[in-house]
Amino acid sequence: MDLTQLGLFDQAVLLFAAFVLFTSFVMLAQARIVPLIHTFAWQGALLAVTTALVAYATRHPHLYLSAGITLTLKAALIPWLLHRLTVRLNIQREVEALAYPTLVLIAGGALVIFSYYVALPIVQLSAMVTRNTIAAGIAIVLLGMLLMIVRKKAISQVIGFMSIENGLFFAAVVSTYGMPMVVELGIAFDVLVAAVLFGVFFFQMRASIDSLDVDRLNRLREVDEPAPAPEETAP
Amino acid sequence: MTALWLTLLIPLLGIAVGALIGQRRHAGWVNVALTAATLAAALWLAYTVLDRGPQLSPGKMFYIDAFNVYLVALTAFVGLTTAIFSRTYMLHEVERRRLGKRRMRLYHSMYQGFMFAMFAALTTNNVGILWVAMEGATLATVLLVSLYRTPEAIEAAWKYFILCGVGIAQALFGTVLLYFAAERVIPNPDDALLWNVLYAAAGQLEPTVLTLAFVFLLVGYGTKVGLVPLHNWLPDAHSEGPTPMSAILSGLLLNVALYALVRMKMIVDGSLHSHLAGYLMMGFGMLSFLVAGLFLHRQRDIKRMFSYSSIEHMGLMTFAFGLGGALATFGALLHMTVHSLTKSAIFVTVGHAAQIAGTQSIEKIRGLIRTQPAVGWGLLIGAVAIAGFPPFGVFTSEFLVLTATMKSWPWLTPPLLVGLAIAFAGLFRHLHPMVYGEAPAGQQRVTANMLPVLLHLAFVLWLGLAIPAFLADWFSQATKLISGSSPL
Repeated sequence: MDLTQLGLFDQAVLLFAAFVLFTSFVMLAQARIVPLIHTFAWQGALLAVTTALVAYATRHPHLYLSAGITLTLKAALIPWLLHRLTVRLNIQREVEALAYPTLVLIAGGALVIFSYYVALPIVQLSAMVTRNTIAAGIAIVLLGMLLMIVRKKAISQVIGFMSIENGLFFAAVVSTYGMPMVVELGIAFDVLVAAVLFGVFFFQMRASIDSLDVDRLNRLREVDEPAPAPEETAP
Repeated sequence: MTALWLTLLIPLLGIAVGALIGQRRHAGWVNVALTAATLAAALWLAYTVLDRGPQLSPGKMFYIDAFNVYLVALTAFVGLTTAIFSRTYMLHEVERRRLGKRRMRLYHSMYQGFMFAMFAALTTNNVGILWVAMEGATLATVLLVSLYRTPEAIEAAWKYFILCGVGIAQALFGTVLLYFAAERVIPNPDDALLWNVLYAAAGQLEPTVLTLAFVFLLVGYGTKVGLVPLHNWLPDAHSEGPTPMSAILSGLLLNVALYALVRMKMIVDGSLHSHLAGYLMMGFGMLSFLVAGLFLHRQRDIKRMFSYSSIEHMGLMTFAFGLGGALATFGALLHMTVHSLTKSAIFVTVGHAAQIAGTQSIEKIRGLIRTQPAVGWGLLIGAVAIAGFPPFGVFTSEFLVLTATMKSWPWLTPPLLVGLAIAFAGLFRHLHPMVYGEAPAGQQRVTANMLPVLLHLAFVLWLGLAIPAFLADWFSQATKLISGSSPL
């Protein structure tokens, strides 16, 4: 496929898809909490722009509504909630020590290549302009998981979680021009409830283990005490 | 259709009622009344389906057939008996000051919310809404797991939230892929996620995409079923949450997740014309069955032990559904019923046992039969039933699955038998001293309502001796739907 043969808006869709993927990498490398939340908000905003562009380029008006929901939820409401939480928990200046930042970014690159490999059979089937970006959707999901794995702070994990949702939404928009409206509303509702619950959790966590470090959550093990000799029951 | 609306609306109303009056002393009774009304509606729904066959609601949003209607009835029934148990149990917990009265509002509200999410997942015709409802069930229970606010409870709830959230996100991606395949053959995009439309058009769906979709769906819903190696959240969530929650998580939620997986398999099978989905389910099922059986031996917490037993049984069911064929499917459907009845009965007795001993640690629970015979015997008979002894229903279903395995995969029979023996040994080496041993000083009798246990075990016994005609009819209809051939 030659990029120059595509219409201007189709090219813009591809460009913005790349931007969304780029924000995932920025989040991987961002150690400070508040900028991390801001990057997440930017990802939401770029996602909304991409959705609106797809809506315009392919004439699917219902996608404008999806774009609107994404903008309010992912670019404004959830980042605002998270930001307010960091202020109330007084952690807005915290910096997380990143272990092996270079290695993580290289792993991220490998994940993107892997996503393109996974998406090959789907891409061959599709006749859509946006088909090349399906792989980007998968990559955002995988990068979100990577973020959750390498980070230790609860709030970074939540951002990874929400970024996985972003990737799924992106994949749905570019592969099928969005899910049916009722499903999309349901998903948006679930995401919102999840965000509120995460907030409640931060306070419970702070109250019980006095930290938001998930490494401190290590009490439940398969065998939590040194094993005493197995008991023999008297016959 | 009125019955369906009632089944869904009563728990929905219950969310608000629980939030408003959940802290009052009689709130437990209100909870019982709500679940009883739901059960009445569910039985009415079951009757209409039995009478008139599968039904599609106007607007095609809900679809009821033999497969989901019996799960709706089962869910409503276990919901009621657990509510009866939870009334006295939670009052006792409040007296022991493990939680305050305000949290009882959250508890009652979310109990109903959880029931609503499960009913929505079971009855919906839209596979997208099915996903939304499954995620909703996670969200409703996550704050219940952390209800006691101990560091362990918080950790369990966080693990549950993150693992199930990420896991089920895979299922959403699978659903997107399914929609992608469906959109190309189904003209109206709004219909392309409806299960009955997908099932009818399954033959035309693109096999490569559906293979990929099924892998994601299996990982996603498999996390909720508790399949090894995605099971890590399950023992924690079951052991740290309040016991009524463990009973319905183990008895009902796992069933609903497996139901979702089997519905997806039905579509994928229609498209693939091969047994790939079945092989995947057999592999994961067998692995879970064997691994969980081994883990039973290492447990120190009584609720953790029985949650591993749940993983083991869910593994067996997944294996049986994967095996396919009329006999195995019939066995799996029966096993879903008897497992959920037995396991919720066991969790009810375990709850009482833990209150008697004041701890969940297996080593400190001793001599239950001496301290309170009803609880001791209940635990013993429940464990005998779940281990698969005749004449209980679990024996019947496991026997059916074993027979089916011998017919089509003879070399898989020895691992199954060995797995059953390992699990049996794992359960009884812990159980024996708990029931018969010398009671330590300081164990106190509690007010225990053994009615739910009695009812459940009586049903399991009945199903083991003779399956009532209408139930056998349901099972065989559902079997025909899933496997394509009739067992009877």
